[in-house]
Amino acid sequence: MPHRRIVTLFTLATLLLPSLAAADDADLVVEAQRKRVEVVKRAAKTVVAIFGPGGGGGGSGVLVSADGYAVTNFHVTKGAGDFMKCGLNDGKLYDAVIVGIDPTGDVALIKLLGRDDFPFSKLGDSETVQVGDWAYAMGNPFLLATDFKPTVTYGIVSGVHRYQYPAGTFLEYTDCIQIDTSINPGNSGGPLFNEEGDVVGINGRGSFEKRGRVNSGAGYAISSNQVKHFLDHLKSGRVVDHATLGATVSTWDDGSVRVNNVLERSEAYRRGLRIDDEIVFFGGRPIGSVNQFKNILGIYPKGWKVPLVYRRDGKKYEVVVRLRALHRASEMMPGGGKGKPKPKPGDDGKPRIPVPGMQPGGGGPAKYKHMLVKKPGFMNYYFNEQQQKRVLAGLDPWGDFSGVDRVWTLSGKTNAGDPFTFTLADKAAGLELGPRVFYQPFDGSPLRDQPLGTGGLLVAADQMRRLVGRRDEGFTDFHYLGSEPLDGKGEKVDVIVGTRSTATTWFYFSKESGRLVGFDTEMEPDLDACEIRFGKETVEIDGRRLPSVWKLQVAGEELATLTLEKAELAGKPAED
Amino acid sequence: MTATRLRHRLCTTFGVLAVFVTVGPAFGQGSRQTIEQTLPRMVKIFGAGGLKNLHEYSTGFMVDAEGHVVTLWNHVLDTDEVDVVLDDGRRFAAKVIGAEPQLDLAVLELQDADGIEFPYFELDEAGSAQPGTRIRAFSNMFKVAVGDEPVSVLHGVIAAKTKLEARRGAFSVPYDGDVYIIDAITNNPGAGGGVVLTRDGTLLAMIGREVRNEKTNTWINYAIPVVELRDTVRAIVAGEFVPRDDKPDDEENPNRYQPLDFGLVMVPDVVFRTPAYVDVVRSGSPAGGDGGLRPGDLVLFVNDELVHSVRSLRGELGRLEAGDSLRIVVRRGDELVTVEMPVRRKETNR
Repeated sequence: MPHRRIVTLFTLATLLLPSLAAADDADLVVEAQRKRVEVVKRAAKTVVAIFGPGGGGGGSGVLVSADGYAVTNFHVTKGAGDFMKCGLNDGKLYDAVIVGIDPTGDVALIKLLGRDDFPFSKLGDSETVQVGDWAYAMGNPFLLATDFKPTVTYGIVSGVHRYQYPAGTFLEYTDCIQIDTSINPGNSGGPLFNEEGDVVGINGRGSFEKRGRVNSGAGYAISSNQVKHFLDHLKSGRVVDHATLGATVSTWDDGSVRVNNVLERSEAYRRGLRIDDEIVFFGGRPIGSVNQFKNILGIYPKGWKVPLVYRRDGKKYEVVVRLRALHRASEMMPGGGKGKPKPKPGDDGKPRIPVPGMQPGGGGPAKYKHMLVKKPGFMNYYFNEQQQKRVLAGLDPWGDFSGVDRVWTLSGKTNAGDPFTFTLADKAAGLELGPRVFYQPFDGSPLRDQPLGTGGLLVAADQMRRLVGRRDEGFTDFHYLGSEPLDGKGEKVDVIVGTRSTATTWFYFSKESGRLVGFDTEMEPDLDACEIRFGKETVEIDGRRLPSVWKLQVAGEELATLTLEKAELAGKPAED
Repeated sequence: MTATRLRHRLCTTFGVLAVFVTVGPAFGQGSRQTIEQTLPRMVKIFGAGGLKNLHEYSTGFMVDAEGHVVTLWNHVLDTDEVDVVLDDGRRFAAKVIGAEPQLDLAVLELQDADGIEFPYFELDEAGSAQPGTRIRAFSNMFKVAVGDEPVSVLHGVIAAKTKLEARRGAFSVPYDGDVYIIDAITNNPGAGGGVVLTRDGTLLAMIGREVRNEKTNTWINYAIPVVELRDTVRAIVAGEFVPRDDKPDDEENPNRYQPLDFGLVMVPDVVFRTPAYVDVVRSGSPAGGDGGLRPGDLVLFVNDELVHSVRSLRGELGRLEAGDSLRIVVRRGDELVTVEMPVRRKETNR
């Protein structure tokens, strides 16, 4: 009888369950321990003990690529100088050089030298971290490890998306992970691993008010997702800045987060954001408090385009806003330059993890001297040059334009069927569009939005000619910026910035294919940019190639598509 | 098979299934489940303080659907109303409806919360546990959480179940019953009034004060068992608890002693509950000298009775008898200081 059999089976199972479960529990414990040992073994190889050039002091870091890039805290490298000594758990000491710094986010990137097969850890997805998860911290607390083998501590995640107010002018921990894993002086800059051994945070701060700068149960790690957003920016060798929306918010009694001030010069204002508008989503996350808003703002570099959804009178508006700089350029200069002295984060006694006894020292070893290039605005311009070379190689498949960089005549048809012809030369740029003619001289006269409403298409086209024809020599300022998602939502692109006169152009190169996929030209700061996005198709010109489909957009809205059919490239100056 | 027999068999089957269901928790619910259930029952409390090292925030937990909040009795409650912020960001004004200083216990009632059902801990389900038990501790230490942010979670084990050293000066806490000593660092600003649960979700204890053993200069993480608190909590909620300091001052104040009899001049008694701050200590008086009281001290207890105003201080002193011993606990800066003196016969005693 089937029912009886079912009953018997259930009864049997019930009787057996406790002993089976006990065996299972023991197996689970053994298995969990085995996994833990394995993860620690693997992860420990990638943990860096950072010392000053004289071998003094100490902080921690973690290798994130085989060629030796390692992430640490800015407040660790600040005390160490441009060259450091780094110990790994193989017992060996490596030279390392500073690459880029993010003083606001308390992150710095260094490069260990001498190998191209360093063990490294994966930067994981910190959005997957939940309260109660186990979390390992590794580093060199109290400088206990004389053989560079990291100290491992184990605890749980106490809170996620934590906001910690700025300490001093710069340092602000946003969207960070709070842990009860013990972190102490010397742990600064070291990794926080999840149970899989992926890096989910960089340990940098604690609530130390009470016990004289040792663990008191609340440590804070910078989220790995924030680090990932900034990683390419740091690889640019720059002093990297954080962002502001150009608007401030406050919480209303009904719990909504509303704009209480907005800069009229900001892109947020130009996209329609006004006082009293309710912020609904920012960066794709719902906003329920001012801290959440600040959390999201804090994880993006200056200049990133971030989706914003706001509500007014019951109607929702979805826009993408390019974030403004949090600081003035002069504030961000290492060493201060002509401006006021650079504020030193943490020198106000606020509770980041102290770095024991770090002494800055002289230069590095002679064979690595060439890897440090000083330039205003940069921490180490050497790495910017390297990145420029790498990214600009994406132009090579189009051919060599160096002999034909003076006068370009590009013609084709718009999507409306109108014929167009650009004439681009050093002294001026012109456009014939159907019956109309537009003209922009480059004799020092102001740049104009021509044709009106395009954000300065003529200027933009000229900047493209300069990049393709002369690369860095076509601009007064030219550097690798970092990477960002194209238009806030698209593929990840490397960004090269070129400035000439008042016009600045961001050139976007696909990280995947290396191809130039578009650019934005701003005639002057705080004006909407002329945005060109290229299709994949190219047109051949005397053995060289240029993209044939140019989509023109302003403020994210498509205005026209220009299809290039014919081009003439001349090497002699124009006779105009 | 008849319908009756079938029903019988089905019942048996479901009965067995029910066994499976109840067996589950015996193996312990997961830590994650414990955290998910606990966080919405916790509240962040914002009240008096903010000066020097006196933090103005604290933690509490809800014990019924009407939103009664249990918390640690401390200076944060030294105000008419405190702000209570729930896990989801909802904010309520709250009033202290009862306190038992001997237990370091206060119960708050949320204002304008009629008709709202709150998530809460079932006090009946509070349990006890042995040393070695794995625990999770929940509190808003360091005020890390505001608004709709949940409080912080720590892990640890019970190190001991014991009594705090009763000698005054070692741990200046009025509570002298059993406590859990844990290795999670809960001895932090704002953590008091938080909770300790076993990893699998049994409510154990309320996190205690920030105290330090003055002999060894060590901080200690202790929590008061909820089973010790729950009868008083219920009495307070039911309105059946009469705190000793609510005895009518004037009627029962025989005025046998005045502050001045001990050399104390209190700040002028100008409002209904003027805090009992010492204004002047006369030199050569019983309360003065080294180890005595100082101007600026805030009187908290007189012979273990809670003092929350100049008026109640007068009441307590008035009831003293010659030959009694007078023990005054004051807050000085961020410290609790105990001063003892004999009560001498007054020459002009009535």
